[in-house]
Amino acid sequence: MEREVLLQATHLVKEFPAKGHKRVHAVSDIDLTVYAGETLALVGESGCGKSTLGRTLINLIPATSGTVKFEGVELTALSRRAFEPYRRQMQLIFQDPYASLDPRMTVRDIVAEPLETHRICQTREETTRRVVELLEAVGIQKEFMGRYPHQFSGGQRQRIGVARAVALRPKLIVCDEPVSALDVSVQSQILNLLKDLQGEFNLTYLFISHDLSVVRFMADRVAVMFLGRLCEVGDTELIYKRPLHPYTRFLLDAIPKADPRLKDEEKQLLQGEIPSPIDPPAGCRFHTRCPYATNWCRSEVPQLRELDGRQVACHMAGEI
Amino acid sequence: MDELTLKIEHLCSGFFTERGYVPAVDDVSLEIPKGKIVGIVGESGCGKSMIARSVMGLLKYPGRITGGSIQLAGKELVGLKDRQMQAIRGCDMAMIFQEPMTSLNPVQPVGKQMREALLLHKSVDKKAARDEVLRMMEQVGISEPEKRYVSYPHQLSGGLRQRIMIAMAMICKPKLLIADEPTTALDVTIEAQILQLIRNLSRQTGMSVLIISHNLGVIAEMCDSVYVMYAGKIVEQADALTLFDQRSHPYTSGLMASVIDLEAPVAERLPAIGGVVPNLLHLPAGCAFAPRCSRASERCKTERPELRELAPGHLCRCFEGGNA
Repeated sequence: MEREVLLQATHLVKEFPAKGHKRVHAVSDIDLTVYAGETLALVGESGCGKSTLGRTLINLIPATSGTVKFEGVELTALSRRAFEPYRRQMQLIFQDPYASLDPRMTVRDIVAEPLETHRICQTREETTRRVVELLEAVGIQKEFMGRYPHQFSGGQRQRIGVARAVALRPKLIVCDEPVSALDVSVQSQILNLLKDLQGEFNLTYLFISHDLSVVRFMADRVAVMFLGRLCEVGDTELIYKRPLHPYTRFLLDAIPKADPRLKDEEKQLLQGEIPSPIDPPAGCRFHTRCPYATNWCRSEVPQLRELDGRQVACHMAGEI
Repeated sequence: MDELTLKIEHLCSGFFTERGYVPAVDDVSLEIPKGKIVGIVGESGCGKSMIARSVMGLLKYPGRITGGSIQLAGKELVGLKDRQMQAIRGCDMAMIFQEPMTSLNPVQPVGKQMREALLLHKSVDKKAARDEVLRMMEQVGISEPEKRYVSYPHQLSGGLRQRIMIAMAMICKPKLLIADEPTTALDVTIEAQILQLIRNLSRQTGMSVLIISHNLGVIAEMCDSVYVMYAGKIVEQADALTLFDQRSHPYTSGLMASVIDLEAPVAERLPAIGGVVPNLLHLPAGCAFAPRCSRASERCKTERPELRELAPGHLCRCFEGGNA
């Protein structure tokens, strides 16, 4: 089946200046394709560059080098003005529903703001009608439209954030840890909502998360990141069943399982900490923590290659 | 009969606010045998951290213990004067928090901070305290302890900071360690390291641990027995195996159903508990969980269920208990 490409990144690099003429290598030489209608998860530990990659992909922060194409148009080459119409197509849902809503705006105004900025509706009444529809779609009663964010619970606030993100009928939504700040029972409500809206509004999700359980429920495909580079990209089911990259395996093993019978099993744990992105290790960036590392891994950067139905960036994959 | 490190009986504590009394912990009884790891699980606002603070004597105005008893190795803690509490806190019992950065002093090297408890509680000189701190740092898996001894908290990673916190809590060899969401702020590979460390320390030293978490995975991996809390009350308690296998309270079932299984086929929708946690100022007349419970009857809406024993050691606060 030929899938329609929505977003494609080639050799994407994002670096930030650091003290002493050094650079933070947040995103290094990433090739990634997002297909229309899918949910692609970006997974990794804090500081691996997944949020930076998400923001660079939708041109919210400019790339240092490399290109991003959205429906064939090279976003990275567009002027600010020429990019404007594309901004509507790509929206963001944030992690912290307490920090991402303006405390001095009513819910109506929060959801109406993108509609007004992009002059979607002709009259104030029309805008309000749209806001009511959107709030209903995310499960907020229209009676609450005049309330302020602090009058809502975390889950309800996240619903408002979702309503704001879908207001412009975008094609792509980057969900950056959308449920990490929520309690488990509320987390399920929001995940279900995101799935429902995906069907209703024909959305493509780039789903950024460190929580591999949540990712398994949400994502069709998953891209595992470590220190600015991709380790493994492929279908969620396949990767969870048979991870080939050692880092993916350690990540999956490390999740605490809700089964007390497994507790006395000695797990093989990943030792050490994540190296600094200012001075990343040469060769494979994972080699300092990898028990299978060879001299080859220490000297040459492994490129993503096709293996067993997915892409994996490991010299030793398939042999370990 | 097992020796009990901690015995809480009918503990009530809450906040006296302008809008009335908030019963954050309501009639909670809990026991931790020596060397065991006991967990409290529940969502935010259920009162689980409030229990920890009550035990540690860390409640601040307007929070206060309003009734019940807390015994640490047979010694009553409720009603002790601040000075008396200070002699126990950090010595016989210690606590680690979710965010190690906010619980460390940012302007003092970590070694010095760790030494403080020893100098305060044990009659040792500075040299001996330093040696003990270095030994402890090694025990919790901190490499290059001499170098870390003079590091400031901001120079350390989240995982290292949590190890420092654990070392600091362990330094006086407490009988009880309270860990309030010890790994919530950490990455999953670091979380696994820290959990293993706490478990090993408990095994090696016979220290009892009270783990507070919202994560059922963490609870399952760590605990010998588990208490489930909802709106200030224990709604179910059992040993870990029984709780996970024969969960009886609808809230426990709901919590467990919302955990995504990594092995089972992916469901189209996640089972969710509808609604939100009730406001403690305006608790429902009947069972606090009734408004969110799919099996609530008329009786549940008007009458408050008591904890009932379903099997020895397995208690559940539900009229329907045992049929879930």
